[in-house]
Amino acid sequence: MRWLWIDRFLEFESGKSARAIKNLSLAEDLFADHFPGYPVMPAALLLEGLAQTGGILVGEANQFREKVVLAKITSAKFGREALAGSVLIFDTEILTLRPEGASIVGKVYAGPAAASPATFAGPPHTPLGEAEIFFAHLDQARSQQLFGEHNFVFSGELKKLLGLNKILASS
Amino acid sequence: MPNRDEIYAKVSSTLQEALNVDEEEVKPESTLQGDLGAESIDFLDIVFRLEREFGIKIPRGELFPESIFQGDPDFVQNGKVTDKGIAELKTRMPFADLSKFEQNPEVAGISDLFTVEMITNYIQGKLDGKN
Repeated sequence: MRWLWIDRFLEFESGKSARAIKNLSLAEDLFADHFPGYPVMPAALLLEGLAQTGGILVGEANQFREKVVLAKITSAKFGREALAGSVLIFDTEILTLRPEGASIVGKVYAGPAAASPATFAGPPHTPLGEAEIFFAHLDQARSQQLFGEHNFVFSGELKKLLGLNKILASS
Repeated sequence: MPNRDEIYAKVSSTLQEALNVDEEEVKPESTLQGDLGAESIDFLDIVFRLEREFGIKIPRGELFPESIFQGDPDFVQNGKVTDKGIAELKTRMPFADLSKFEQNPEVAGISDLFTVEMITNYIQGKLDGKN
């Protein structure tokens, strides 16, 4: 089982941008320790949510043929905290996409659970954090023999997230 | 068309962002790996940024050639780059200053060819349409 930090995609434009949602429940295991009485999502996990949203966006652009790995977080800024009960929106956009890798810029927004994502995810709302993330295509950056044919990055859960979107779109 | 100073200033700010270094640390003769602490993945990041910053296309391996010699004994012998190897370097990297390297052409010294000035030369050549 993989630790997924997004629930599903709200929008997905192949090769360009993706928006995903994460409902932050007080029942999340991490809030037991982080912190008792003050359930706040660690910024590192907000980054992970952005990286998962952006990573799937980058992977899908090449039909998941490439092993997309997070190579570098070039910049990251967080101004506010995300507490349990929030709905998080991860907005990502591809800056550069090349055979060797890709870079994305991402923003995290948070709103109360009752709000519709559309009312708080767009611009005038201020993001609580933003980051620029750089992904490498493993086989292009390193010898293919090292990792073989099997694409361990997009083996299951990450790809299924896009499938979930299709099910919801058709229902 | 930006002049050389403008190109240098943009190259410098690009490197400051990519490598998280201060302006004072970036000098024309600074080597990317030795002085500015660049790691292999940073080279790709730098290429991406330069493309965006200058609106140019940098084909893979043009600015930062990978494995130029591939263990070819014609190019490298006893850890030193041969005359033929140096000629190859000049062909592949006409924008690099090899004068110092030629005095002691150890393979390990190749990484010192990657300097801020080298990138500036490359970009200038690219913008002039010479490369």
